[in-house]
Parts: sequence; C-alpha cells; structure tokens
Amino acid sequence: MKKIVIAFFLIASVIGCSSSDNNETNSNQGYDRTAMLTNWADNIIIPAFENYSTKVNTLSQAATAFTTAPDDTKLAAVRTAWLEAYTAYQYVAMYDFGKAEELYLKQSANTYPTDVTGIQTNITSGSYNLNLQAQFTRQGFPAVDYLINGQGTDAETITYLSNANAAAYLNAVANQLKTIATTVTTDWKGDYRSQYVQNNGTSVTSAVNKTTNNFIKNLEKDIRTAKLGIPAGLFSNGTTYANKVEAYYKNDVSKALLNAGIQAEIDFFNGKAFNNTATGASLKNALDGVNAVRGGTKLSDVITNQFATVVTTNNMLNNSLSVQVTNDNAKMLTAYSTLQQNVIYLKVDMMQALNMTIDYVDGDGD
Amino acid sequence: MILRIKTYLNSYTNAASLAFYRIAFGFMMLLGLIRFAANGWIDKFYIQPSFHFTYYGFSWIKPIGIYTYGIFILCFLSCIFIMIGYKYRASAIVFFLSFTYIELMDKTTYLNHYYFITVISFIMIFLPAGNYFSVDSYRNPQQAFGKTPRWTVDILKLMLAIVYFYAGLAKLNSDWLVNAMPLKIWLTGHSNLPFVGPLMLKSWLHYTFSWFGAAYDLFIVLLLINRRTRIVGFILVVVFHLLTSLLFPIGMFPYIMIVSSLIFFSGSFHQKCLTGIKLLHLPILLVDNTKNYIPQNRSLYKGSIVVLSIFMFIQLVFPFRYLCYPGELFWTEEGFRFSWRVMLMEKAGYAQFIVTDAKSGKKIYVNNEDFLTVFQEKQMSFQPDFILEYAHFLHDHYQKEGLNDPEVRVQNYVALNGRLSRPYVDPTINLAEKKESFESKDWILPFEDTIWGL
Repeated sequence: MKKIVIAFFLIASVIGCSSSDNNETNSNQGYDRTAMLTNWADNIIIPAFENYSTKVNTLSQAATAFTTAPDDTKLAAVRTAWLEAYTAYQYVAMYDFGKAEELYLKQSANTYPTDVTGIQTNITSGSYNLNLQAQFTRQGFPAVDYLINGQGTDAETITYLSNANAAAYLNAVANQLKTIATTVTTDWKGDYRSQYVQNNGTSVTSAVNKTTNNFIKNLEKDIRTAKLGIPAGLFSNGTTYANKVEAYYKNDVSKALLNAGIQAEIDFFNGKAFNNTATGASLKNALDGVNAVRGGTKLSDVITNQFATVVTTNNMLNNSLSVQVTNDNAKMLTAYSTLQQNVIYLKVDMMQALNMTIDYVDGDGD
Repeated sequence: MILRIKTYLNSYTNAASLAFYRIAFGFMMLLGLIRFAANGWIDKFYIQPSFHFTYYGFSWIKPIGIYTYGIFILCFLSCIFIMIGYKYRASAIVFFLSFTYIELMDKTTYLNHYYFITVISFIMIFLPAGNYFSVDSYRNPQQAFGKTPRWTVDILKLMLAIVYFYAGLAKLNSDWLVNAMPLKIWLTGHSNLPFVGPLMLKSWLHYTFSWFGAAYDLFIVLLLINRRTRIVGFILVVVFHLLTSLLFPIGMFPYIMIVSSLIFFSGSFHQKCLTGIKLLHLPILLVDNTKNYIPQNRSLYKGSIVVLSIFMFIQLVFPFRYLCYPGELFWTEEGFRFSWRVMLMEKAGYAQFIVTDAKSGKKIYVNNEDFLTVFQEKQMSFQPDFILEYAHFLHDHYQKEGLNDPEVRVQNYVALNGRLSRPYVDPTINLAEKKESFESKDWILPFEDTIWGL
C-alpha cells in the first residue's frame, strides 16, 4: 500500500510539473495593486475631479455674471458652461466613495427627473437648505437645466431669471455643485490620495475592490438602469418616460451624456489617463496579468469588444433619448441589453477572474 | 463472520482516546462559536436578513429574532459541558440539536465543515465519551471506565476517513487535474503576498497544489492509520491545513481537522495528553482506571450500535446520490452538498428577476438588494434551489403588493471554473409554477461542456 502512495505522489508531481510546461507559454505576471491604484488616483480620478471642479466653477461664475446683468450672450455662456460641467460630471460619477460619498456628490448633482414643483416652492419661499436629502431632486444639473432651458424662448428665460429669487436659486444651485466638487477635489489632492493608494489589500474595503465595485455599479445602476432602462419603460411595464432622461429641458444632449458616461467607463477599464492618451495599470492589464482566457479569447478582449458594440449600438440612438423612446423604443431596448451583457462580463467574469471578495465570510468553494 | 463482528464489538481500547477527542472537540467548537460571535456573524447572518434560504423539508427552521442568541448560548454551554464531561449525553444531544438548528436556519452559510460537525456530534451522542476523565465519572465512580469498546473510537476514524477520501475522489475530475481549476484562479489572487507572491502566478504551482491536494485527500488516512508513517502523516496534516488556512478563507476548518486527526494516534498518546491536563491538580482517579465499559442500559447500547451502523452506511452511500441526476454535477449542483465536495468550484452568477402581473402584464425588475444581503445574493445567483426559493418568495411578496398571480422569471448567467458566463436558468420559465423537490430541475439550461471524472 505504501508503495502505491509513494507512486501516486511521484506520478502526481511528474504530471503536475509536465502539464505546467504546456501552459508556461502564457506569461502570467499577476497585477500590482499599488501601481493600479496609483495610476487610477494620479492619472484618472484626481484629474477628472480637477476638471469637474473647474467646470462647475466656470458654471457658477457664468451664473453670477448672468444674474448680475442678464443678456443673451451671458445666458449662452451659462448654457455652455452647464453642458460642459454636466459632461465633466459623467467622468467622476463612478468614484462614489470617500468624500464624494460622504457629501452625496452624485445624488445632489444628478437626481432626475428634477422636481419642478419643489424648485418653484423653493424660489417662492426663498429659504431652503440644499444639504438636505429631501432637496436632492431640486438641485444639481437637472435643476439648472430646468432653470435655463425650461423657460421657453431666450427672452422668456431672461425674464424668468431676472426675478431676484429665481436668480438667487440658480446661483445657489450652481454654488452647491461648486462647493461639493471643490471639497471632494481638495480631499483627493490632500491626505485621501495616499490613504487610497496605501489601502492596497484584497479585502472588501480595500481601494481596488471599492473602486472596481463602484465602476461596475455605475455602469449597472447609473448608466444601464437610469439612462436607458427607466426611460425605455423596462421598470414600468413598458410605459416609456420621455421626461426621465438627463437634460430633459435641453433635450438634445441626453445621448451625448450617455456616451460620455460610457467613455468614462471604457477609459477607466483601459487605465487611460484623463488628460492625455497614455495608459497605465488597469483592470484590463490585471485580467491579462492573471491570464484570463475564456473560450480561446482573452477576457479583456471579450469586454473591450462588448464595449465597442455598446458604443455602436448607442450611436444608433437619437441625440435625444426622449425622442428615441417616443419614436422607436426598440433601439433603446437593444442598447439596454447590449450594455447588460457587459455588466455580466464585468460583474461575473471579471470579478471571478480577479478573485475579488464581495463580503467577509468563511467559504469552502461553494 | 458474525463471530468476528462479535469479537470486534467486544474488544476494548483505552478510553483516553475517546475522552481526549471529547475534550478536543468541545474546545474547538467553543473557539469556533466565540469566533463566529466575535465577527458579528450571528447578527449579520441570522438577525439582519429579512429573508432566509432554508433547506428543502426544513423551511420551518428559522431564526427566532433576538432569541437566536439564546440558541447560540445553549450551544456554547453544551460545548463547555461536553469538554468537562458533565451530564455528557444530555450535553451532546443539546449540542447536536442546537448546532444543527443553527445550520438549518439559512443555507447561505452552508459549509462542509459545519456539516462535518453536525455528523460528528450526532455520532458522539451514542458514544460513551463521558465515562472517563470527566465530571460524570468523578461524581459517579461506578460509571467510570478506563477501557472503551474499540468501535467507539474506530467509528470516529472511519468518519474522518470518509471525509478525506471522498474529498479526494471528488477532485478526480478534469477541471481539477487537467486545468488546475479553481486553484489557478484562487492562487493567482495571492500574487500580492510577500516573498511567495510571484510563485502564486506559476502554472506549475497551480498543478502541483491540485495534484498534491488530491493525493493528500485520498491517502492521508492510510498514512495516519499506519503506526510507522503516522508522524509523517500528521506533519503533512499540519502543513497542508495551515497552508489552506493561509491561502483560503475557510475559517476554523483547518484547525478542526488538525485536532481531529489526532484521534489516529494511540491510546497511550491520548493518555499522556490527559495526564498533562491532570497536572492542573485534578484527582488521580480520573485517569487511574482499567475497567471495561459496561453500559448502564444494555438494550440502549445495542440500539446505539444499530443506529450508528445504519448512519455510517448512509454516510457511505449518500455522497453518490448525484449519480441519480442527469447533467453536470458542478453545473446543476444536484447532489452537491453533504458530499465532502470541498474547494472544488469557483462559481459566480448574475440574476435579474422579472415579476409579471398575470392579468395586466405589468412587469417589475427586481432589485435583489431590497430583499437579500450581499452574501445571500452572491450565493443565490448560481444555485438553482436558492433561485427557486427566492422566486417563490418574490411571488408571495408581490402577490401581497397587489399583483395578480405574479409570474417570476429570471435572466440568469453563471460562470464556472474559468469558463465564460452563460445563461443558466431558462428565462422563459415561470419559476412560481415550479415546485422544489428531489427531482432533477429541467429548467436549468444545459452546460454544453464536459467535466470528465468522478
């Protein structure tokens, strides 16, 4: 019997070693969490927040200039600043942790559809506290959209915002966006950056896990569900909601904002720097580093290809998703399911390949 | 043959072995419970969730709110009583019942090693483990016996042998041996470890671990049984389990197995261990006893042998019940649990439930987070019996919300051992109409791949 045991161990080691030779062709490098976090923080997240901060600052200044002496040119400047800031927002929405989470950056900047009645109540009363959660539907980009794009002609808009209370409200909302953006950016540029990079472990609360979870959650909840699913009526028995899109009052930029959101996701996945085309340590590298191959194709390629399909499908949509759901909702549903497929690839296949923990608990491999 | 069995049943061995195991087992359970409570898991797994996944036929076993802590306290106390051997039988019964109750409350937390504890504690109810080196034997010297029937120790060895050997058999499949899955995924995740990190990325290491793991499980008991290889075997046990405890989140299991494998050592070794404890100025009569065990109640004793024989037969056969089901075991998981299939799969899933009002056709996309914890959602999304139970829960919930005869469907994707995720449950099937049973679930989509082996 003992001989059998020894023989088995011998065979085991021989086969164990020999079968490895076939696989050694694939260079398996793993991935460096610290390098990844450094690239994310320094080249992607902080520049994106700086950009966002600058853009909402411009918006706030434009609003002040306009409300001080309203005219067509300054209104146009506010509108431009608003759209640029709203686009910049799409690039920070997924970093909903740390100060951003604490200050409800996401909820206060982009809860839509906006609460028109509530906004009017606030304007009439002239007293409101935008820090309250109940006020999230009455501020942010959707509220600014209503104030500057939802009042009819330019002349009517100028008249509307010439009212002292309305002007004050526009400034207050712009200022709230600016304050939160500045605080979050300052925090990232201060101590938080090193805390973030040093939190390089593998636990649920580690920076890599937290960031990756938010990256996926943003794609799933804030892009797939909110930008496509809800207006397309997927969550309301097929009843479409033309008004439940971003920038409803401007109306022709909801696709552009969707595309910006997707591009932010793609860039993050690729580890592309916010300010230039350089790429660094990323989830894509990590997947290649652990040699994740599925059915003969690199998993990173599976995901990249699906992102490409998502972009193609989204580009078939009308510039206004409101118009799209009204005229041809089928295209919205296609866009939804195309994106859904990549949510699955990321949430199931990528998380599994990178062996990321979702909760601290004992397990014996299910 | 019958004569040999009779002779075997009437042969005796040192009762120190059984007493040693009793103390060690009680002690490990005590540690396990303390750790569980200290991690805040009682609250997290049994109090906080609003919904619990139950075992088929045991849906009546549920957490009882804040009183759930009472069950844990009961379990805790019974551990202490088992350790010191006070009212041993009653304590063993209380431990078995309370521990099993805890395990049956929610199958989300199912672990093979919890099942192992249930099985061992059931066996221990029938063993005279409290008649030596115990408070019971001290208080009632007439019931103190220094020799115990050999089978009472052997049955524990047999149970451990089943666990190891069956765990080894389960590893004889192509995913484990040919693809080094799932160790390839799990070990790669440790590439950040100091010093050994880079090794964790090496293919040869994944294969070595897989093959040695299988060999270890299949043959370790042989090394432990044989007196001459026992020390080597035990060193392997320690090294193997410490390694697994470093690399995998398997909690107390490695330590319980290390301690449990000491049962293979000789009675005199156990006696020495107990004498070590005796240095704590315990009365001498606790160890000085050479009487053969005489059961208080002869027919109860005989009954115990019958019950345990049947039980062990079930243990031998039950893990093979998967043969009764069509399809790939790893994919359908029909007959997967309670079979010592440990560390075999890396499986993850995604489940989007859609509830439809049968009359109006109104559809609701379910947000799982509204009803399940993160952990429950993870476990649910790739196990068919969880999916079905949750679907029924959703049916009942939305019926209460006013939907007419809610139909529940799921868009479900599962990835197994490094294969790309693929559709799992047939998305056209109304799960509210499907009943849980021991029959094969025909609404699971085919695996379209083959895992060769046992």
